[in-house]
Amino acid sequence: MTKKLSHIVTFILLLGLAALFLAPIFIVVINSFKFKFSITDTPFVFPNAETFSGAQNYISGIQQTGFISAFFWSLFITVFSVAAIVIFTSMTAWYIVRVKTFWTNLLYYALVFSMIVPFQMVMFTMSKTANVLGLDNPLGIILIYLGFGAGLSTFMFSGFVKSVPITIEEAATIDGCNTLQTYFLVVFPVLKPTTVTVAILNTMWIWNDYLLPYLVIGNDYKTIPVAVQYLKGGYGSVDMGALMAMLVLSIIPVVIFYLTSQKYIIKGVAAGAVKG
Amino acid sequence: MKSIKKYFPVFVLPTLLAFLIAFLIPFILGLYLSFTEFTTVENATFVGFNNYIQAFKESDDFLNALWFTIRFALTSVITINIFAFILALLLTRKIWGTNLFRTVFFMPNLIGGIVLGYIWQLIINGVLLNYGYSITSDEKFGFWGLVVLMNWQMIGYVMIIYIAGLSSVPTDILEAAKVDGAGFFTTLFRIIIPSVMPSITICLFLTITNSFKLFDQNLALTAGAPGGRTKMLALDIYETFYGKIGYEGVGQAKAVIFFLIVAAIALTQLVLTRRKEVEQ
Repeated sequence: MTKKLSHIVTFILLLGLAALFLAPIFIVVINSFKFKFSITDTPFVFPNAETFSGAQNYISGIQQTGFISAFFWSLFITVFSVAAIVIFTSMTAWYIVRVKTFWTNLLYYALVFSMIVPFQMVMFTMSKTANVLGLDNPLGIILIYLGFGAGLSTFMFSGFVKSVPITIEEAATIDGCNTLQTYFLVVFPVLKPTTVTVAILNTMWIWNDYLLPYLVIGNDYKTIPVAVQYLKGGYGSVDMGALMAMLVLSIIPVVIFYLTSQKYIIKGVAAGAVKG
Repeated sequence: MKSIKKYFPVFVLPTLLAFLIAFLIPFILGLYLSFTEFTTVENATFVGFNNYIQAFKESDDFLNALWFTIRFALTSVITINIFAFILALLLTRKIWGTNLFRTVFFMPNLIGGIVLGYIWQLIINGVLLNYGYSITSDEKFGFWGLVVLMNWQMIGYVMIIYIAGLSSVPTDILEAAKVDGAGFFTTLFRIIIPSVMPSITICLFLTITNSFKLFDQNLALTAGAPGGRTKMLALDIYETFYGKIGYEGVGQAKAVIFFLIVAAIALTQLVLTRRKEVEQ
């Protein structure tokens, strides 16, 4: 009986905490439907007949920030960077594990080393390099993400490749596969659990990344975080209504992504933390 | 496998080229430039350790940022880990709706730092307005604002790792303890905590490195206001680079020091986890 009671108490406690966790997002949503001058003064009040602004904040926010194009640039850069990272770093990891030379070892340790270097260390020189090489556009930044994300991703893939039995590769070779066929038809499918983890971790990083796209492709091709920050930084007084609407629009894709692939995200994050 | 070797251009070259351009060359160039004075890379002149001396001497900003970052990191690490551990304990008690709660607590972790900063700016300013303040009126508002934000973002993440750790605690030992009449705290401190020690190490370092490297949230929440008092290391480095002309070398020197601090934390973690593995 006491056990049942303690379960009910825990349940109610958790319910309260869950409400507290969701409250900030809820508050932003209700404020996105109020006129800008009633946001700063009374953020915790529901909109009423006088303060309800309809979709006005959304329209002006989208116009001021170019949110629609920002969404598509974010999507473009995230999808292709993650695809490039998954394909190329898994190939590199397999090569490094299977071909043991001084040079592959050196590359492996250089990649592992890059994981502990904070972005600020290379921020200035990297954006200059990207500029000089003409990589300061949405295609070039994919190469930058591949290079900067290579450390963690190669490290995670090579951890898994070590546990893949070499006999299945030998069998494929005997059956007449060349190296490329062996890799893509036999090895790559086996790596799937790590592929999912690597893809999730990189998606979360690149989609939300602010400073790297801001410095490399700047205001010419705004991604969502850059567009939101532009609204705040670009004007003397901030249009709070537009800001609230843009916050809501930035959260919606993330929530959809989360709810559709929650299982993989939570698994991937836990696996990534343990390995990284 | 000799046959693989000739596939180097396909398997390694794309990653290697990208890695050289995005990381290795900028890293080496950055080390070199920290010993020079420059505005563009081409006009660098060697100045020895001058930039490193300047980083500390030229103003108090860097030391302030360092001290603020250390205080922030310690406070966040302690609060996040305690709350996350309690939540993990509650969620492993086979209560109805566990999955739903886990989903809710983890969600803020997926929201980007810039967006998080503005969400909390609205809320904190809304609360402080009742007392006639705003988040930029006093350093301590910005400090605790960042701590609350970081807790909201990281608790769910850390909780997931603790849940994974807790579910591997052997149930027969827990039941044996119950039969022997061990109370809640005895079980917690003698059995549960020792057996989730690996998770605790991971979570401590995860939260400490994330706190040290925080940038987006800092920029969006206070941008260092009032008067740069709430600037953390990453933001101070950014402003040294892009805020004042002629200080690029000093900015790069600060970045090298920042790198050394973060690397030292990472190496400590490596040594500690290695030692644990040997003991087991």
